[in-house]
Formats: sequence, structure tokens, C-alpha cells
Amino acid sequence: MSTTLAGFADPVLEAQRCFRALLEAMSRPGRVQRLATGLEPPSPLSQAAAAVLLTLADSDTPVWTDAGAGAADWLRFHAGCPLAAAPEGATFLLACAAPPPLAALQAGTEEEPHRSATLVLQVAELREGAGWRLTGPGIESVHRLLVKGLPDGFLAAWTANHARFPRGVDVVLCAGDRLAALPRSTRIEEP
Amino acid sequence: MAYVAVKGGEQAIENAHAWLAEVRRGDPAVPELSLAQIEQQMSLAVDRVMAEGSCYDRGLAALAVKQARGDLIEAAFLLRAYRTTLPRFGASLPVDTGAMRVRRRISATYKDLPGGQVLGPTFDYTHRLLDFALAAEGEPPPPAPEAPAEETAMPRVTGILAQEGLMAPEAQSDAEPGDLTRQPLAFPADRSLRLQALARGDEGFLLALGYSTQRGYGNAHPFVGEIRMGEVSVELVPPELGFPIEIGEITVTECQMVNQFAGSKTEPPQFTRGYGLVFGQGERKAMAMALVDRSLRSAELGEEATAPAQQQEFVLYHCDNVEATGFVEHLKLPHYVDFQSELEKVRQMRATAMREAAE
Amino acid sequence: MGVLARASAAEIAERLGQAPPLPQHQRLRGPETGLAMVRGRQGGDGAPFNLGEMTVTRCSVRLADGLVGHAYVAGRDKQQAEWAAVLDAALQNPALRPALLEAVIEPLATAQAERAQRDARKAAATRVQFFTMATMR
Repeated sequence: MSTTLAGFADPVLEAQRCFRALLEAMSRPGRVQRLATGLEPPSPLSQAAAAVLLTLADSDTPVWTDAGAGAADWLRFHAGCPLAAAPEGATFLLACAAPPPLAALQAGTEEEPHRSATLVLQVAELREGAGWRLTGPGIESVHRLLVKGLPDGFLAAWTANHARFPRGVDVVLCAGDRLAALPRSTRIEEP
Repeated sequence: MAYVAVKGGEQAIENAHAWLAEVRRGDPAVPELSLAQIEQQMSLAVDRVMAEGSCYDRGLAALAVKQARGDLIEAAFLLRAYRTTLPRFGASLPVDTGAMRVRRRISATYKDLPGGQVLGPTFDYTHRLLDFALAAEGEPPPPAPEAPAEETAMPRVTGILAQEGLMAPEAQSDAEPGDLTRQPLAFPADRSLRLQALARGDEGFLLALGYSTQRGYGNAHPFVGEIRMGEVSVELVPPELGFPIEIGEITVTECQMVNQFAGSKTEPPQFTRGYGLVFGQGERKAMAMALVDRSLRSAELGEEATAPAQQQEFVLYHCDNVEATGFVEHLKLPHYVDFQSELEKVRQMRATAMREAAE
Repeated sequence: MGVLARASAAEIAERLGQAPPLPQHQRLRGPETGLAMVRGRQGGDGAPFNLGEMTVTRCSVRLADGLVGHAYVAGRDKQQAEWAAVLDAALQNPALRPALLEAVIEPLATAQAERAQRDARKAAATRVQFFTMATMR
């Protein structure tokens, strides 16, 4: 395992900035955050998805990804995270293509719902003001979010994921340098 | 009254810190201690802080000793607090104490053993008379004498006994050991967790427990198979390289206690070991640790556990001086409300008792 | 790598002064200080256990010619870790290797071996010579 690409230029400050953006995204589901980092991640990782993983993953959190060996080596090198062989073993998942079924991922327990996986999903486009109608905690009335490039059947899987609250998986959608979060408490309806 | 408003005190605390800083420095007419001086001339204090702070870094330990005004438990506390700010890169390969660059190696069981008895820089044969020559600043002492160093191997004494089949072998395993800094202790704790707890445990507590096993609290017949102190190389395998690299050397002290074991239904009579390994030069701690390690093995060896030093929960829950100091010293924090209720209760009980006495 | 890990930044600097200039490098990761958990073995030769942590500083660099170097060194000296990483990369270049080995690594290794030998000789001087050994048996 090795890589010839750098990670965050200033790991502390950039990870803090990214964490702040994630916190904002998680507390206001469906609101799009822009992450301006100087990161040059290996293909096919988007800037936002790469920054999220560098910020959240460490040696205690196994990561599963379909992004290929180059990207996996880069993540392992800079985040220090072990790689999970199967999606069920991962704390964080980074999917560039169709993700593993949400129902297969760690969903925590009733006593410890935080022992669940977070799926970072790369999509083609994220735009506010159109598309889905999101409701739930962190949304005053309704947020609109348009997501392009999602796999088929995502909405049905999400409805099932939402229904098992407080257990469940959280999702961070990333496109380029933008990201939006779908915590498990968020309800999604088609426009 | 349920609550007493507790506010204020900020100014008092600030002023107390300022006075602490002044007292720490002492008389400014006396030269200030440098970290290098502490590291070099208070080296056993530094070693103890590294062992009980569970973090090997001589410079940080010297700083902690200086900041704590020489209070070594406070210094270990400072070091433990600092380590929580650092990420962990990984774990080393197990250090090979058999390959130690030995500065001291003695055995109380064999006079004549390969590699010999090497005394090293020890207090053992000093007369414990105060040396007033040290009170006067003088020239450094002449360099210690040297003798030709033979390249003789120093096999472990336990290995010599094992060749005769008289030493119970250690379980051969490379299983990932538990880590009590990541997972809270649960009982029964296996030997790797016990050794980790003892290695960072308080020297005074372990010394007293070890002593108790010798005085009859527990059925111990220990001999010092071997004590060795010196430098071992530390290697780790960076994931990006995939092969081990040496990252430096650390000083450790190792003690192998050899204990007679009468045998059980499954095991023949033989010797068993108690093991001590500590950061730095810490012979008393390594010996005490080895005694307590052996007494904590009573359950797995089928011996009756009757003494405090044989009870895991008692030993492991109380050997950590940073935890102990936190719980004991928290008693001096405000307990105004708790005490108010106690006060009322005692007054009531007293009134009842006096009324009954009068009747 | 062991030689550079045991050398101080000042010692490395002194040797680098005698060596051909090091190639330009870009930092890939670090230098950053963290911890390594040091392990021992039960009874010295049994199953592993966690003895305690030690401070470690690591650094990874890439040279202009694409060679990548990694270093992990005990302690908190970032300059030492960065030089060790650059040297690790440069030593992979056959054109630089002989000169760097001669000017930096070998002198440091010799000095370290001398220090170790001095300790060994002092230890040998404290070895007990039992002169009654033959008759006591």
C-alpha cells in the first residue's frame, strides 16, 4: 500500500472545517454545503467525499469502498483506517457506484443506535429548491433537494431505513465539492 | 434548603495559580532547573513517570516532573492527559527482551550462568549513608571503568529451566491482546490485560501487595530467576510499507520470578513464572509486578485464592494511581448540598435519641 | 532506517553538511507526532500484551523524480522525521545511494555502535568474577 498523492495540506484546520460543514449538513438535512478544500484526491473520488472520509475515518473505523485500489490505498494512508472486506463490517462506506443495500449495513441496536454505519454516496448532482420533499427533525417545514445519479430503488430502501429509527444508517450525498446529509430521522417524499 | 448558589472563586483560582507558579519556581536567586537536568539527574523519577503515565518520552516526563513540582503521581496524571491528545499510529511488534543490550542482569537462582552476573548501575551494594560530597557542587565523577565486552549470549534463566522440563511453558500465541485504554476492564481479565494494568500501576501499591504475598497473604515461594535492564529495539510495521522497521530504542526492566508449583490434577509439579516488565529503570516495580502477576494466576493454576493479591478485581481496580487519585481527591470538591442533608439527618437522629433517653 | 531513528536531528544535520545536497521534496503526510503502543510478551516469550505507549513522529515525502520515502522515528522531533523520510526516498535512487550511505548513514551507524560498545564495556566491568566457582560446585 502506498500513494503518491498528498492529503489535507493542513490536517487539523481542514478537518475542522469539514467537520463543521458536516455538522451543519446533518443538523439541516437536505441543505447543500460547499466544501472548499485544496484537496486533490485520486480518481474517482470527489473532493467532498474524500474530505468527509479524511475527517471522519481513523484507525478505529473500518472503511469499505468500491472506489478501487488506488483510492483505497490513499484513504488508508492518510486516514489510517483499516479496510473492511465486507460492507457489514464497515463503520464508513464510500460508494461511487450502486451502494450495497442499506439493510445490510450496521444499523446499531436499540440500546446503542450510534453503533451504526454512515454511507458516503457519490452522486452526479445536488441542487436545492427542487426534487424531493424532505421533512423531519432539523427542518422547519419542508426542504426540497434534487439528487441526480442515485441508484434505482434508493427511495424504497430509504423509507425502510427511516422506519427502523432509532436504528438505521445515515447517508452523506456528495457531488464535486458539495455535500448534503440524510440522517435516518429524515422523511423523503417524491415531488 | 436544596441548593447553595456556588459562583465566584474565579479570581481566587487565578491568584492561586499565580502563587503556585511562584512557589514552583522557588527563590529566583536559585538557578532554575532545566528539563535536561531533570532528565539526566532525576532519571529514575522520569522513568517512574513514564511507567505510570504509560507513555515513553523522557522529555515529556521531565516536563511533567517540573510542572508537578516533583509530585510524581501528579506528573503521571499530566502525561496521561497529554497522551490523549495524540493519535495512535499503531502497535509495535512485541519487544524481544532476550535480545536486550543489557546494562544489568542478575540471577538469584544460578550463580554461574551463561553471560554471568552483571551488576550495572545499581544502588544494591551502596551503604545507604548520606554522601555529603554530593551536597557540594564539584567536578563530575571520573568515567566508570571499562572491561573487554565478550559477545556471550545471555539466555533467559527460564529457558534453562524449560530445557529440563521444569518450567511451565508460556502459551505460544500471537493473538491480538486486549487494550484497557480502548475497552473498559471486564472480569475475569485475561493475563495480557492484567499485565497491561500492572505495568502502568502504582509502584507503591504493587510493592505493598507483592510484600504481602511474601509475608503469608497468598502461598508464594518466589525466587528471582532473573532481572535484566537495558535497551531493546522497538519495531513496527507501517501499513504503507508492509515490513517491520526499527523506530528507536527504549530502556526497560524485566523481572522473571520463579515460583514453586505443587502441581494440580492436570499439571505435574514444576516451576511457574511471574512476570514484570516496565518502562525505564524500575527494578523494584518490575519485581513487585512479577510477584503480583504470579499471585493473580492462582485461578488458572487451580490454587485457592484467599489473599488480597490473588483477587483480580481488588488489585486491578485499585492499582492505577491516576484513577485512585481522582476518586480520593474529588472528596475535597464542594459537597455542600450532600452534606446539608447529612447534617439534617444527624440532627434528627440525635433529637430522637435524646428524647428517647429522657423518657 | 534504524540508524536514522536512533540519531538526533542535530547529528543528522551535521552529517548532511558533509553530503551532496538532498533533492527537493514534497510532503505527502506529516511530519506529525502520535503514539505507538509498545508490546511485550507474557513471561518474555509468550503471548503479546500492551506494555504502554511511546511517542512517535512520522513523515512521508515524494521527491521530484517520484520516489516516495517514509519514516517513523521515536520521539517528537519533526525535523528528524522529515530528514529520515527524505533520506529514505533518496537512498532508493542508485545514483545518490553510495554517497549518502558513505556521508550520512555509515558515520552515524559507527558512532551508535561505539556508544553501544562503551555501555557494553562498562557493563562488563561490573560483571562478578566468582573466583571460588570451581570448588563451590
